[in-house]
Amino acid sequence: MTDQTASTPLVTPSPNGFLGMLARRSEAVILPLAALLVGFAVFSIFLLLQGKSPTEFFALTYRAGFGTAFSWQNTLSRTAPLLFAALCVALPARLGLVVIGGEGAIVLGGVAAGAMGALLAQSSGLIAVPMMVASAMIVGGLWIGSVGALRYYRGVNETIASLLMAYIAIALMNHLVEGPLRDPASLNKPSTAPLADNLRVGDIPGWEVHWGLAFAVLCCVLAWVLIEKTTWGFAARIAGGNMRAAQVQGLPVGRLIVGFTALGGALAGLAGYFEVTAVHGAANASLATGYGYTGILIAFLARHNPLAIIPVAILLAGFEASSGLIQRRMDLPDATTLVLQGFVFISILMSDTLYGRFKVFAPERWRSA
Amino acid sequence: MEDLGLWVIPLAILGGAIRVSTPFLFVSLGEVLTERSGRINLGLEGTLVFGAMSAYAIAYLTGSPWLGVLAAAAGGAVFGLIHGLICWLPRVNDIAVGIAMMILGMGLAFYFGKPYVQPVAPDLPSISFGWWSDVPQVKAALRVNVLFLIGAVLAFAMWWMFRATKVGLVIRVVGDSTDAARAMGLRPALIRTLATAAGGAFAGVGGAYLSLFYPGSWNEGISSGQGLMAVALVIFARWNAVACFGAALLFGGAGALGPTLQSVGVSEGYYLFFAAPYVLTLGVLIATSSPTRAMTGAPGELSITK
Amino acid sequence: MSFKSFSRRGFLKSTAAVAGVTALPQFVAADGHAPLTVGFIYVGPKDDFGYNQAHAEGATAVKAMEGVVVVEEENVAETTDVQNSMESMINFDDAKLLFPTSFGYFNPHVLETAPKHPDVRFQHAAGLWSEGMPTNVGSYFGYIGMGQYLNGITAGHATTTKKIGFVAAKPIPQVLLNINSFLLGARQVDPEITCQVIFTGEWSLAVKEAEATNALADAGCDVITCHVDGPKVVMETAAGRDCFVCGYHANQAPLAPEKYLTGAEWNWAGVYTGMVQTVLDGGTIDNFVRGGLADGFIKMSPLGPAVSDASRAQFEAVKAEIMAGGFAAIKGPLNDNTGNALLGAGDALVETDIALESMDYLVEGVIGSTS
Repeated sequence: MTDQTASTPLVTPSPNGFLGMLARRSEAVILPLAALLVGFAVFSIFLLLQGKSPTEFFALTYRAGFGTAFSWQNTLSRTAPLLFAALCVALPARLGLVVIGGEGAIVLGGVAAGAMGALLAQSSGLIAVPMMVASAMIVGGLWIGSVGALRYYRGVNETIASLLMAYIAIALMNHLVEGPLRDPASLNKPSTAPLADNLRVGDIPGWEVHWGLAFAVLCCVLAWVLIEKTTWGFAARIAGGNMRAAQVQGLPVGRLIVGFTALGGALAGLAGYFEVTAVHGAANASLATGYGYTGILIAFLARHNPLAIIPVAILLAGFEASSGLIQRRMDLPDATTLVLQGFVFISILMSDTLYGRFKVFAPERWRSA
Repeated sequence: MEDLGLWVIPLAILGGAIRVSTPFLFVSLGEVLTERSGRINLGLEGTLVFGAMSAYAIAYLTGSPWLGVLAAAAGGAVFGLIHGLICWLPRVNDIAVGIAMMILGMGLAFYFGKPYVQPVAPDLPSISFGWWSDVPQVKAALRVNVLFLIGAVLAFAMWWMFRATKVGLVIRVVGDSTDAARAMGLRPALIRTLATAAGGAFAGVGGAYLSLFYPGSWNEGISSGQGLMAVALVIFARWNAVACFGAALLFGGAGALGPTLQSVGVSEGYYLFFAAPYVLTLGVLIATSSPTRAMTGAPGELSITK
Repeated sequence: MSFKSFSRRGFLKSTAAVAGVTALPQFVAADGHAPLTVGFIYVGPKDDFGYNQAHAEGATAVKAMEGVVVVEEENVAETTDVQNSMESMINFDDAKLLFPTSFGYFNPHVLETAPKHPDVRFQHAAGLWSEGMPTNVGSYFGYIGMGQYLNGITAGHATTTKKIGFVAAKPIPQVLLNINSFLLGARQVDPEITCQVIFTGEWSLAVKEAEATNALADAGCDVITCHVDGPKVVMETAAGRDCFVCGYHANQAPLAPEKYLTGAEWNWAGVYTGMVQTVLDGGTIDNFVRGGLADGFIKMSPLGPAVSDASRAQFEAVKAEIMAGGFAAIKGPLNDNTGNALLGAGDALVETDIALESMDYLVEGVIGSTS
């Protein structure tokens, strides 16, 4: 493209035509992909310095994460909670809020679902399942929504508040599953009462991946529609750009903040619901395994675009799925995945500075060459 | 040993405050320095963990815990420098970079720390201020590590620096208004980067305390979020170095409450007592924040309070 | 790749193809048979001076066996992670014998994965296999409470304050049995002794473990033991407070050589090599295996320099009784620490009694509560 502009082509493509649109859109795809490759390159140098083969690393990663049907199953079965957790970061981010405590909503959502399932063990699934979903979403929504409310009505920084509340949520979860909600029969792994089979969520037919993935993908699509195609999403973006200006324009900033944070929290609560109903069969301390924190990484890598969250989450899940094989074959510690994530994350964040720098992505500047 | 009855509670809180507070103190002092220059570094948890690992490794390899502390400070400064340089780029989100640096720091610490989980490294020395007492619990509570004392001195020194020295003034101007700083002929980005590097060094030393004194060993679970919490404590302390000292002591003491209450028979609901420090911090934040005005003491250029 | 291939049959086929094509480090045993691949999965780092290290030492012994390839994975969470790790070892390494070693792996993860791979044997530490569960699953564990009982005897001799301390992770049956055994052992020396317990709430949380140890020392305890995943911090902190220590999981004597009395250690090397040999020989391991000191499932650390002659004599005498079999640490008359009668005079729960694996009380003399 640069050659084209330099040598004054016979026909300059119209900035408003198809090529122009393609150029404008492609910036958001090409820059992160290039940054991803740079992150991989830096990580490869790191491996070479350790005397390990980057080729082997990426070949193994491909095989264990994406190379076979089993690999895909392994990767996708990790993806669902990551999608929900990333949405819990991405939705508030539209308003310029950095919420890092989604973990808290996940664990409490899971506890709520588990407790509700135990409470309604005698009733029909038609009543119990919606009640469990609702309780997980309400608890998660209240938890993160109150972070938003504290931000708007009390001016409490949402990053710090959500972090503190995540610690408090994990303590509450431990207290509840080992105390008031503990099933006495759960001997060495204190848990809520095991869910009846009709309250469990099964696998998507033909896949060994539970339904949570389908719902999570659906939620990503709906979140994208909300942000890109509705007046609420539009208002949120304006408020995110400049909160004071939005207030002056009469936008309901308070309701937007509480609404978006609560929605994010409700989705994180849903992650807890699926962990309990599809994976563990009861709520226990295994709910707190850091999905909320990986979700932060994914949301930022996807630049808070709910649709981009899907491939990014799958990519990260693939890296985590391959961590085991890499430990076993290359004699690398499990922390290698963390190092790779660090390099890639930094590289992609640094690419933020490049937006708008390349003429090739800005068709209106093509003619001026 | 004597049975002190309920007196063990205040004593344990005092002892706990002294033992547990030091990492919080160092990380929050580093963060004060960084945030006063108008930048936030959320990645100090990673720096802390990396500092803990490098301090332990170097102390083990050289036999000198002080060389370990030095290594942790140097490593922390490098992490801070990288954070500062990345944030130098326009339109890069410093909060997100912090999270990324946190992941990288922990990843590298765990990666290189594997061989050092088993060996036993020499501890940092401590000074006993309990010589006047015959009560072993008092003696134990007042066994004060040198780093704690250094941290206390540094807190007051930093407070004085921001009040009365040119360096302090420069950092404050940069933190309050980039435009004003430029008008004065200062280079805000450079100063912020240096402040972030220095802040990183502080956090590294906080990590060294964890691995070389209390609890005094290196493993992957050595930090339970001290680096992240310290960032919250800075807001709690209103960007005042001496208040950081107080906040760190308070947080450390609150952390000792859970185990101590169990030891005197209050043993139900201990998870809730363990959460006390977080509830306390959140409560104070809620009580002292305001939706209409920026927080007192908040640097004007700080992204999280704007 | 088409998602249609996700049916189980297609899935098995395709992975079999992959296993054939990809050049695994396949060693061929001298007799031409493919070696047996054994997988070990740990919940934490395998060098934690504790639970995971004890299992990893067992794995190291298995590595030395002929015709065996060992694959290991550490820091595997008790979520879908462990299901995927097991599947990965089966699919990519052709593992035929798996040792997922953390309690939380059992239900639902091992129980759900096992039926999908009937040709793979799943040996789970600490689980309670019972009739109706998949037959290719086995659970094994050791009567380590006996080790804590012996710890208690040395503690009873060493304490001068008549207060001993226990840093515990969570109030679950295994932990409660250890706490009770520790106290009852000490009470064999002096029935006045009490044991203070502090729960940290997590299996691995260094600062909280150190604080709990300090709180015990402040409360006057002068012998301390623990049940957390990695006892390193407790041992070092307690010794720093001039308390004697009793080890757990692995030998922690190097961490506090002067203060270390003895320790209750797992002895997985013998157990694992035995189980692997059974599979190599084409036999089947029992689904439910338990063993104690006499069976070589557990062992005691060598007695430390601070152990007195009287202490040594009683320790050896009781150890001999335990080795003889049928020993009961939990015997009547016995009350729990809220005053309820547990066992009448003459009643006893011998070490093999399955009721011990659902213990939900602390005995009289233990200061602490189960919730």
